[in-house]
This record gives sequence, structure tokens and C-alpha cells, in this order.
Amino acid sequence: MWKRAIFAAIVVSLMGAAAYASFFVAPTERTMGTLQRIFYFHAAAAWAGMTAFSVTFVANLLYVWRRQPRWDSLGVSSAEVGLAFITTVLITGPIWAKPAWGIYWTWDARLTSTFVLWLLYICYLLLRTLIEEPDRRALLSALFGIFSFLDVPLVFGAIRWFRTQHPAPVIMGDPNAGLNPVMKATFFFSVLAMHVLMVFLIMERNRLEKLRFEVDVIRHELEVA
Amino acid sequence: MSLLANTGVLLGKELKTEFRSRELLTTTIIFVIIVLVLFSFTFDPLSDEARRFGSGLLWLAFLFAASLMLQPCFLREQTNDTLSALRLSVSDPFAIFLAKLAANTLFLMVMELLLLPVFAVMYSVTVLGVLPWLVLVFFLGSLGVSIAGTALSSISAQARMRELLLPLLLLPMLTPILIASTEVTAALLDRSPYVLWKGIGFLVAFDIVFLTALWLFGEYLLEE
Repeated sequence: MWKRAIFAAIVVSLMGAAAYASFFVAPTERTMGTLQRIFYFHAAAAWAGMTAFSVTFVANLLYVWRRQPRWDSLGVSSAEVGLAFITTVLITGPIWAKPAWGIYWTWDARLTSTFVLWLLYICYLLLRTLIEEPDRRALLSALFGIFSFLDVPLVFGAIRWFRTQHPAPVIMGDPNAGLNPVMKATFFFSVLAMHVLMVFLIMERNRLEKLRFEVDVIRHELEVA
Repeated sequence: MSLLANTGVLLGKELKTEFRSRELLTTTIIFVIIVLVLFSFTFDPLSDEARRFGSGLLWLAFLFAASLMLQPCFLREQTNDTLSALRLSVSDPFAIFLAKLAANTLFLMVMELLLLPVFAVMYSVTVLGVLPWLVLVFFLGSLGVSIAGTALSSISAQARMRELLLPLLLLPMLTPILIASTEVTAALLDRSPYVLWKGIGFLVAFDIVFLTALWLFGEYLLEE
């Protein structure tokens, strides 16, 4: 209990510090002004979301290999948390893009593959709701998760190679391209804060899943008795 | 090679089941014709636009048709629980997948090649000069669709709302196939074969990645 409270306090202070740094410490960008500050949330959330999906992939593989319920529980937890982060990315992106590019959405490789990624993990969660039996649900959704994860680089590659007319994403193109050191520090601090938040959320969600599992077991025992 | 021998026998069984009734082929062919006709109302099919959109429409229609066609692939085995029998009769469950995906590729190819002339006439594109290349693209595209589709249809067959579920699982996953096949087909119909090899290489890569994944994880998809 205390451990969780302390962890939560750390998450809140890190996120607060990241927010402070991105609003007041990082210098204002020359061409885009204050607008550029959304980048500290947008890109950091994207990195955290991708990490969460990588955790899902590893958990899926481990489930198929070891068949322990905890890997299934970790898989669904990290997929849900990753989805929350990627949703943030898909919402903050257009908020930034409208004033910067003049349009909310462009079908560039990064945007489109993030969107397809988002769809695939929505389907992963949807699939889980449609299979009753816990073992089968765990196995089949893990396999679908593995296929989805393999698909993502292919989606990105296909859009990159064949839909080449996209406007070059100047800012997101390369984070290190002549970036001001304070901006860089702020950015990596935000990435760190987002990752800590992600780990916290996954742990909480995982705990919930375990409790749910225990309730299911108890309910099943009661029904049998 | 017992894998190939098993696959051959199972493929024969798949083909026999389908050609006894020809249900899948007839329904999907009619479906694609309907889609092509309906698409034609959304823009002028004889304009220059049509040449740009045409290949995309064609592939979109093929993918929708495939998501219908792949539906019964494993569902059919459930009515009499023939899947357990299949699993018992082969040493490597990959043979079941290989046979099913070969049959599905074949059905898709038949459907696509029968509809190509219809498309060419309706949308006024010339296909004869590039026919061998088109056949290659159709083959690689259909193979990719069948590999992913056979794997996912074995998942959706074990869930509720299975008829609705397969297109949801399959279509987002086929995005790379749609993009690459559309680009190659468009380039072929435009007679500017500069993206050709890139596209064909990409389709081959997709097929290899998914076939390897199916080979590695296929047996778990069929677990009781």
C-alpha cells in the first residue's frame, strides 16, 4: 500500500516537473513559438506508447511460450496503457498540426502507421472481449498481438516507400537535428516522466487484472460448490 | 517429405469441397462485380481519374471479397468437428494451414483473373500487354492475403461474432498488401514500371514474414 502511494507521488511530481519544464524552462521555439511546447507531451507520449506495445509483444511471446496467466495479464495491461498513450498522441498531433502545417491530418508514414497500430490494438482488445474461455482468450489474443506487432514495421515501410508525396515532418524528422540543449534536456525529461507514468499505469492495471482473475476463481468455486 | 505429402492430400480435399458446390467462388465474384459497379457511381469511371483510382478500387474490392471468402475456411470444420480429425491425421499442423492457404490463394487468383477482364472493360484500361506481370502481382498479393487471412480466420472461428470479427482483424493487417499491390498495379496500368521491383520485393517480404510467423505459431492457433 505504502509502496504504491510513494510510487504515485513520484509519478505526480515527475509529471509536474516535466510540465513545468516544458512550459517555463525550455526556450520558446523561433518559428513556431509556444505551439512547439506540445511536442514535449506529444513525442514523449508516443515513445512511452511504443514502449508499452513492445512490452505487450514480449508478454504475448512469453505467454505462448510459458502459458502463465501473469503474462496474459501483463499483455492486456500494457496494451490498454499503450492505447491510452497513442490516443493522446493522435489527439495532440492534430492540435499541433493545424497551426503548424495548416491541416489537422496528413497521410504521412508516421501518422498513418500510428493510426493503423492504434486500430490493431483496438482489435486486440476487442478480440479479448469476444472469447469467453480464459485460456483460449489468452492464447489467441497473444497470437493476434504477435501478428499485429510484426505487421507494424511493414505498414510503416509500405507507406514510406510507396506514398512518398508526404510533406516532410521537419520537427519530428530528427529530434537531434540542431536541437537547443535545454529543449533536448526537457524533451528527454518528459520522455522519462511519461515512461514512469506508463510503468505505474501498467502496474496498477495489472493489479486490477489479477484481482479480477482471483474474483473469477472464487466465483467459479462458489458455482461449483 | 511428409509435410508436402500431407499438404497435397489436404489441398485436394479443400479443392474437392469447394468445387463440389462452387459456393465461395460464385458469391465472391458476384460481390466484387457489385462493388465495382457501385464504385463507378462515385466518380466518372472513364475519366483519367479512373486510371489513378482504378487499381486501388480493384484491390479494395479484392480485399473485401477475401474477408468474406476466408470466413468459412475454419468455420466449415466446426459443424462436424472435422478439425480434430484433421489435427489427428497430420504429423505437422502446419500442413493444415499450408493446404488451406494454398486453396485460398488459388480461389482468390481464380476470382481475380475472372474479374480482370470485367474491370478492364468497365473502367477502360488495357491489360493485355502487362498481363504476365499482373498475374505475378495478383499471385503475390493473394498469397499474402491468404497467409494472414487463414491464420486470422482460425482465430475468429473460435470467438463470438465470428462473421463480423474476421474483417476487423484482417483488413487493418492487410494495409501493407493493399498499398504495395495498388502501387504496382497502378504503375503497370500506367506503363511506368519504375516502382515495379520495389513493390514486388515488398510483397515477397510480406509473404515471407507472415509465412514464417504462421510456421512458428500455427500449431498454437489450432490448440484445443
